Amino acid sequence: MTAIDWYPLWNSLRIAAISCALVFFLGIFFAYYAAKLPRIIKGILDVILTLPMVLPPTVCGYFLLLIFGARRPVGIFLMQFGVKFVMTWYGGILAAAVVAFPLMYRTARGAFESFDQNLAYSAQTLGLSNTFIFWRIRMPACRQGILAGTVLAFARALGEYGATSMLIGYTPGRTATISTTVYQLWRTNDERGAMFWVLVNLAISTVVLLTVNMMEARQKRAAGNAASARNKMHKDAAEKAVGK
Amino acid sequence: MSLLVNIRKQIGSFSLNVSFEAENEIIAILGASGCGKSMTLKCIAGIEKPDSGKIVLDGRVLFDSEKGINLKPQKRKVGYLFQNYALFPNMTVCDNIICGMHYLKDRGARGDKLRELLRLMKLEGFENRKPAELSGGQQQRTALARILASEPEILLLDEPFSALDAHLRDSLKIELRDLLRKYGKTVLLVTHSRDEAYNMSSKLGLMLDGEMRGTRPVKEVFADPGSIRAAMITGCKNIAAARRTGPFEAEVPEWGITLQTAAELREDLVAVGIRAHYFQPGTVYNAFPVTYVEEMEEPFETILQFRYAGQSPDSPSIWWRLPKEKKPQVFPKEIGIAPVNVLPLYGE
Repeated sequence: MTAIDWYPLWNSLRIAAISCALVFFLGIFFAYYAAKLPRIIKGILDVILTLPMVLPPTVCGYFLLLIFGARRPVGIFLMQFGVKFVMTWYGGILAAAVVAFPLMYRTARGAFESFDQNLAYSAQTLGLSNTFIFWRIRMPACRQGILAGTVLAFARALGEYGATSMLIGYTPGRTATISTTVYQLWRTNDERGAMFWVLVNLAISTVVLLTVNMMEARQKRAAGNAASARNKMHKDAAEKAVGK
Repeated sequence: MSLLVNIRKQIGSFSLNVSFEAENEIIAILGASGCGKSMTLKCIAGIEKPDSGKIVLDGRVLFDSEKGINLKPQKRKVGYLFQNYALFPNMTVCDNIICGMHYLKDRGARGDKLRELLRLMKLEGFENRKPAELSGGQQQRTALARILASEPEILLLDEPFSALDAHLRDSLKIELRDLLRKYGKTVLLVTHSRDEAYNMSSKLGLMLDGEMRGTRPVKEVFADPGSIRAAMITGCKNIAAARRTGPFEAEVPEWGITLQTAAELREDLVAVGIRAHYFQPGTVYNAFPVTYVEEMEEPFETILQFRYAGQSPDSPSIWWRLPKEKKPQVFPKEIGIAPVNVLPLYGE
């Protein structure tokens, strides 16, 4: 076997990481502000923002081409600044972000909706600023949901195939990602190469899932410790009361 | 120190209409759950915005719909103790309390104040615990310490004991009452428990379906509720429509009896109320033949239900509540009630 070209791994990781970071902030932003909107607008926005999750990724890719294609107004406009999303590696960020966005948006929204609003109110009456409340109280309280959304978004971005292949295609050493490489190698009868990248993908996914499980276990342990500390306190109080 | 509240707010079909004044005292707002008590506190704190009206605290206008004034909660200097205490779960006891001191820029001053509050609230030794690792009473004290740290001009307490186990409640009531008396500023205590209202406050405001007008001394409200709704909220179990037939005499058609009263009756009498505790089997006053219906036992008291001989069938049975050891062996043929315990009730 010749020296392995690691480009798809590197490219996939940077696309996933950058799109995940983008989706993290955008998802939280929309989740937070959508919750404050009037019901009807919220409903419409919700449908639009969630659509990429239920549409086939190829359809998302088709829409992206419709907007950012080289002969489309937006594409032509961006070209003036040297920005081209079609057939470039960073086009992959756009494709992955669009497809991964609803996962972050939905889970973050769920977390914000279950947030105890009284925490924010009490912070306000204590005189704390809204920025402080958001970053130091709301976000930590919603940590678990937001973390789950981020992991899901990262995993989805890493595994993105449909929209990516539509928008940036497959050029070895330029736009190739793990998922497009697997398909390309398999199509050209390079079974061993395809298998290699399948194993790489499996390894990454396993690490991601293990990390999530470990974080959940840590949180459960912390909650358990708190409960047992509380129980011990009640027992001590009862023993004190009977003069033991 | 004074508080003036006069607000209206419409939420769907529910309308809130509250007006009262307070002066360095503990005022309880008593009413059933969902009647608008918490909404009133939220309007005062600036969390909810009334449709119209005015809220003035010590001459500072917090809200005035006519002048378009609506101070942010951050600017109101209102201490709000939430029902679930709303401690920040990710922060320790210390960090929670320090959250109330953001106006103190000097680290040393913060440390001094923190230590003082920890001592006052008996939280020494729990500084580094998270809220989930505290008992209900400690959570309440932490929340109070955090509020006191912010030096509010008024305290709003929303059902402060409802999150606590019953056996803790009474000792914490005494603790909190002493603390509030030391605090010395206006305190509004929202509760659905008439016991809590009676224990803790000097004045009482009654709220029913979002309506509250003024306050009265607590003991006066319980001794002479004056209106049907006040009688109901203060826990009067037996209420029936009545008609004045003489200066000290009211006919109660529903019960088929005519009662003598101690208070002179006004022409506009609409009903009478009799508290379940006040029936007397031996007395000759207002004694009428009765028949036994059923009994409901409580740990230390019992509730006997009976009907007057001439009571109309669709009228609910009368409640008589008495300590278990005073329960008669044989149910009496006649039960009376002292005229002073017949509460005259008027329209509002």
